Amino acid sequence: MFAPDIKFTRFVLFINGLVPATLLAWDAYQRKLGANPIEFATRATGVLALVFLFVTLAVTPLRKLTGANWLVKLRRQVGLFAFFYGCLHLLTYVWFDKFFGVREIVEDVWARPFITIGMASFLLLVPLAATSTNGMVKRLGGKRWAKLHKLTYVAATGGVIHFYMGVKADTTIPLLFAVVLAALLGYRWVRSRMDATPKSATLGIETPPR
Amino acid sequence: MLIKKPDDIKSSEITDQKLYLTRRNFMRGAALAATTAATGFVYRRFAVPAPPAVKGEKIEGVQTAGQAQSFPPPPGEARTAYEEITNYNNFYEFSTGKSEVAGKARGFVTRPWTVGVEGLVQKPRVFDLDDLLKIAPLEERVYRMRCVERWSMVIPWVGFPLAKLLEQVEPLGQAKYVAFQTLLDPKRMPNQRSDVLEWPYVEGLRLDEAMHPLTILASGLYGETLPPQNGAPLRLVVPWKYGFKGIKSIVKITLTDALPPTTWNIAAPDEYGFYSNVNPKVHHPRWSQAKERRIGEFGLRDTLPFNGYGEQVAQLYAGMDLRVNF
Repeated sequence: MFAPDIKFTRFVLFINGLVPATLLAWDAYQRKLGANPIEFATRATGVLALVFLFVTLAVTPLRKLTGANWLVKLRRQVGLFAFFYGCLHLLTYVWFDKFFGVREIVEDVWARPFITIGMASFLLLVPLAATSTNGMVKRLGGKRWAKLHKLTYVAATGGVIHFYMGVKADTTIPLLFAVVLAALLGYRWVRSRMDATPKSATLGIETPPR
Repeated sequence: MLIKKPDDIKSSEITDQKLYLTRRNFMRGAALAATTAATGFVYRRFAVPAPPAVKGEKIEGVQTAGQAQSFPPPPGEARTAYEEITNYNNFYEFSTGKSEVAGKARGFVTRPWTVGVEGLVQKPRVFDLDDLLKIAPLEERVYRMRCVERWSMVIPWVGFPLAKLLEQVEPLGQAKYVAFQTLLDPKRMPNQRSDVLEWPYVEGLRLDEAMHPLTILASGLYGETLPPQNGAPLRLVVPWKYGFKGIKSIVKITLTDALPPTTWNIAAPDEYGFYSNVNPKVHHPRWSQAKERRIGEFGLRDTLPFNGYGEQVAQLYAGMDLRVNF
């Protein structure tokens, strides 16, 4: 079985994760983000957060389908990149759209479901990022940690709904994201059903741990 | 103790450790470079930089804003750059990506072009575009343009009052509204093959709004003919209403006695009303309309009631609840 040098692979992943942010900053510096650079940056960082979130969700299916278990060792970093781009996305809104006007932000979150859902999805990522260290995993215990991190499903779903609500009429891309998300979550659902059935069928013989 | 080397590998064939490490480093460097380049490529594939805009042709004999004293440009507000006006467009017939419209609309043929003016009028007529543009002297009108999406521009249009055209066909007494229609031709407007909106794009005004001296039909901007992405060859400009009321590439104008359907109202009736007057107090369900981002500026500006044209147009809506009639 192929198993790469994880340390080096993580480094490659780290550099790659920074590529979009670097290009975005470079384009901004060159004034090449178009007529409305802030709208562009907001959209780009939001989409990037979703893309990285989707990659974390793809790890389990890929592992199970290919047997490449080492992939799981890269997942934390991808998840943190999702959080990083989520932070940038929120920052463009809080800074360039609301200029840190707390009252306006609260009003927006309160009155507009589009913003409420986006903000909630981001906030769900905060405990996940905070419990991403080895120490926190130990403190929580693997089972509880895994349970907590199922919040990723909710955050990703909220993120896609937020994306869908954000466009005026052309929903093609948000719907594409919804299809991918459905596949990623659907895989888990089917898998859990498949894991559950043999138990009853084999008269109480426990299925071996997978 | 001396350990004999196995005979099958000659010492000359064993890779030198130093060479092995450099080779390994080389491979790692290559892997890093290749993946980074690939990621950058994928990012670039989706984040397309805008292509340079095509220039229009100079229009001769345009009366500039200085000559038309009755409609001074917004004081102290700079005109938005030509590159930005022509590279940031909502024109769904070509693309739903604002920076992609210019590229997709390139080469859009606008001659021959006719505009039918019909319905409740004394003298219905199909105008050839070049005749239509001779109805009245072309003036430069520098107007604010506020998009419902919270961005705005200051655009030096070239055009003439819609009223001058309507006078030509002599509206009947029963005529209460004016309906407009964009060209329907998926061969020339490829995104009309998609179903993002109902085609053709339709818009409407109340007759008194249509007759208002601020309402113009524009055929140019910055002293040149309109580029396709801005609605060539002829578009409506109603500066106190959200930008989507300014229907582009008009082929038909119909006077009616019933409120005409309008495209965005059909698409999302709770978000876009028939009137769609710029109003900082009536919010879009998904965002506040209190402020706007002027293209080219960093901060936000306060959105003005009727986009700053309240003095001229507010009386058109006297006694109306603008929250209901949004």
